[in-house]
Amino acid sequence: MPSDLDFLSPTSVDEAIALKAVPGTAWLLGGTDLLPQMRAGRKAPGRLVDLKRIPGLHEIREVADGGLSIGAAVPLADVEVHPDVLDRFPLLAECAKTVGAWPLRQRATLAGNLCNASPAADTAVALLALEAEVEVASTVGRRTIPIREFFLGPGLSALEPGELVTAVVLPGASAGFRGSYLRLSRRKGMDLATVGVLVGKSNGTLPARWRVALAAVAPTPLRLRAVEELLEAKGAAAASEAAEAARLACRPITDLRGSAEYRREMVGVLVRRGALSLG
Amino acid sequence: MKKTITLEVNGVPETAEVEVGTTLLRFLRDGLDLTGAKEGCNEGECGSCMVLLDGRPVNSCLVLAVEASGRRVTTIEGLSKDDVLHPLQKAFLSHAAIQCGFCTPGMIVSAAALLREKPEPSEDDVRKALAGNLCRCTGYRQIVDAVHSAAAEMRAAASVGGNGNADAGKPAACEEVTA
Repeated sequence: MPSDLDFLSPTSVDEAIALKAVPGTAWLLGGTDLLPQMRAGRKAPGRLVDLKRIPGLHEIREVADGGLSIGAAVPLADVEVHPDVLDRFPLLAECAKTVGAWPLRQRATLAGNLCNASPAADTAVALLALEAEVEVASTVGRRTIPIREFFLGPGLSALEPGELVTAVVLPGASAGFRGSYLRLSRRKGMDLATVGVLVGKSNGTLPARWRVALAAVAPTPLRLRAVEELLEAKGAAAASEAAEAARLACRPITDLRGSAEYRREMVGVLVRRGALSLG
Repeated sequence: MKKTITLEVNGVPETAEVEVGTTLLRFLRDGLDLTGAKEGCNEGECGSCMVLLDGRPVNSCLVLAVEASGRRVTTIEGLSKDDVLHPLQKAFLSHAAIQCGFCTPGMIVSAAALLREKPEPSEDDVRKALAGNLCRCTGYRQIVDAVHSAAAEMRAAASVGGNGNADAGKPAACEEVTA
């Protein structure tokens, strides 16, 4: 770490945004990705702006439509046990608790997991499936980015320079989806997903709505609307057909965690398994 | 760049000047001579640097000392009191859950955090809570057994000492031990 590294702790979003105007400034939330990247020399900010002393970013609060707003500084360990998350958005809890390990999730945040824009981000698949909205603020003003527009490529998001994610909002219309996040990794804790498959189904609505989203098998996390439509039309009886469609839709690569062929096969296996479990 | 931090470590108020890039782990080891937390991977993979920050288990190699300013830190040294070992420390010894010992402080700190939340954890709870702590010697069986044994001892102690208040049945949490 450079000896002239500076550290600032603003207590408001406006203050934090103003501080970012200086080149070489990085936001700091949990630091679980940023600090190793800095140590490895992959990132070299001259100053860190810690967002964790901003009171408003620590809340999980209800929004008017029955949804939830999760502040940027809320650690994943709090998301995964929050009663309203478990009750209304259990798929997010399912995904959150697979990130890293329990102590890591005491620091790592939902917003940080998003901003990294990793193709393997476990929480991203839940947010895609639940049609979350990302609230951002900058010196220009505030705006909301629909999650489907957020991920542009590995490490690339729709955030403009200087934009700060303040909260992730789960809309009330997505409450009640049940299902599972089926995730393969080399060890159960502390490894990134080799393949992650979320299959969800609405609870109580007729006709049932389905959600299918994938991690670590394309340049970005993917939501497969065509596969969802298949399941919505034919139900779990179409599990094998849905699996084949998902297998063809993913675009995996070969890396140290697995080959492209293995990943593609597993997408099929897991989509089928997830769909059948909700039949 | 140097910053002044004030924090509480194992119940003792501390004030120090630290470089911004100094991790909490380095500060505890080099600044305060608390060498129980270990530097293994230095990137949050191995868990040997585990400490409690405001009661939460954290990898202290991934926390800057400046981030801990104004907070409460408990290290493995803060779990024992007046040379009396914490029930987890005793159980790790009696179950041979230690070989080289490098991972042990981290294991025990993570386990202490778990037992504070779940006094009666399942095997799955223990394994999940310790998933961020690597041990290359014991194979984990003895460690999981030791955590269960300590949990049982702490529950028994809590029920003997309990007086029917809301805290009865809760194990002595790490903060209470250091208080």
